[in-house]
Amino acid sequence: MHPAYSVIFFTTASGAGYGLLVWLAMASVFGGFPPDWALGLIGLGLALALITAGLLSSTAHLGRPERAWRAFSQWRSSWLSREGVLAIATYIPAAVLGISWVFYERFDGAVAIASVLLSILALATVYATGMIYASLPTIRAWHQPLTVPVYLTLAMATGGILFVFVLSLFTALPAWAITLALVAVVAAYVTKRFYWVAIDESPRSLRPENATGLGHLGTVRQLEPPHAQANFVMREMGFKVARKHAVKLRRLSAYLLFLIPIVCLLLLFIASMYTAPFFALVAVLAMGTGVVIERWLFFAEAEHVSMLYYGAEAA
Amino acid sequence: MTTLPQSTDKKLGLVIDLDICVGCQACATSCKEWNTGGYSAPLSDIDPYGADPHGAWLNRVHSYEVGDGVSGHTVHFPRSCLHCETPACVTVCPTGASYKRAEDGIVLVNPDMCIGCKLCSWACPYGAREYDEHHGVMKKCTLCVDRIYNEHLAEVDRIPACVRACPTGARHFGDIGDPDSAVSKLVAERGGYDLMPEMGYKPVNKYLPPRARRDQTTAEVRPPVETPERTGKDTASSFFAWADKMLSS
Repeated sequence: MHPAYSVIFFTTASGAGYGLLVWLAMASVFGGFPPDWALGLIGLGLALALITAGLLSSTAHLGRPERAWRAFSQWRSSWLSREGVLAIATYIPAAVLGISWVFYERFDGAVAIASVLLSILALATVYATGMIYASLPTIRAWHQPLTVPVYLTLAMATGGILFVFVLSLFTALPAWAITLALVAVVAAYVTKRFYWVAIDESPRSLRPENATGLGHLGTVRQLEPPHAQANFVMREMGFKVARKHAVKLRRLSAYLLFLIPIVCLLLLFIASMYTAPFFALVAVLAMGTGVVIERWLFFAEAEHVSMLYYGAEAA
Repeated sequence: MTTLPQSTDKKLGLVIDLDICVGCQACATSCKEWNTGGYSAPLSDIDPYGADPHGAWLNRVHSYEVGDGVSGHTVHFPRSCLHCETPACVTVCPTGASYKRAEDGIVLVNPDMCIGCKLCSWACPYGAREYDEHHGVMKKCTLCVDRIYNEHLAEVDRIPACVRACPTGARHFGDIGDPDSAVSKLVAERGGYDLMPEMGYKPVNKYLPPRARRDQTTAEVRPPVETPERTGKDTASSFFAWADKMLSS
């Protein structure tokens, strides 16, 4: 599948943003820190900026961005529509928490209900994003039970690293924050690792013989394509990364996305208040680069079944 | 509405005979010609006279080699929207631009509502939907919805442009949901099949497989037809033969 930069930026940035919202909201519910208005402003501001930039970027790949509002209408059947509805709905409890936290320095009582609702909606939005891909039977690498867990755990891991970074700017990092972030990163690593194993092991069971229904006559090979130049279907669905590059890129993304952040988090246990933001920033930058490579691969490694008509050997 | 109708009154679709398609591309060009001026027009082309010409077409004719050696076939394979009974291209649509008609089962895109997100093309296993870069919306086979009910056309023309254009009669149009229709009988007689039934989309269009080959490996050997011997013993027939000869000279 063609890796569209706008979609890569949208899914990674908004994933991290929704993850950060969950961390901030849940930490406020459990009273993890005092309701410092500056922390609220920077933390919630960063999360909402990432989400908003992602949502705006996602409209960049539309042929008719001015009609994007129509995408809120078909939530009964479409995961893309559900994602849009949930994404917008999340702003409401986020605004309640943000106004109360930043202007009144309170996040207890009724605001805590908004925080819980915010966490649920943020996770539901990421779940819907994952389901857009997981619900497509035409793409074997996406139609996997681990696709949605990967989206959810990566959102919590990238959001968790951002949370630790933001927190490190304001206060000595509490051990619970580092520990929970570490758990999130390890959970994301384990999920992604099993996802890669699953897509490597799942059989490429469809062949040109299935696509044409001519298998009973023998093997089917492309003799002549319908057109000389690549068409939309081939440009959109035919993108494929070379196997050896994929292996290298997987390793690189695993180092950046999991190994470096884990090392940084461990160092944060012993870092002083003054060096902590530096280690946290390194983790943020490594993870940001790593998740972009991971998402690029998610598209580039995915094979679409329609390519069987255009000479693909299996899908 | 992108939720699918429970059932459709008719299942209009195409039956494509792979035995007699000669891969002439007449259906594809006729489709392009009609649809660039019809419903959801235009079907734009990008760089049409340049180095990388491409554009939206609703019908594509592939050619495949099937089997090896003496039993090898060349099969020409037209491919367009199959107007599936349970098409995920419709249900994934976030705007309601894609829909399946309850009256005849035709799957359409409303070009005034489509946002060009392309998710429907990802959901189609058959590569039947093509995005129009100029128009910014998705295009697909309409089963010539603007021909088949069009009373301004002569009755003979109220069929999809591809069917009308096919010079070998390899394309048939009709109600596949009606077991007594000509197309349904053809499907039953020739063993018409669905493309990739394992995907679960329940295509309406059917493909007729190539017939068994008729060559030296499969032909049955019949004795030559014997010509009756002329005896000439009958006087009358001898006379008429003589008269015929005289009059002919």
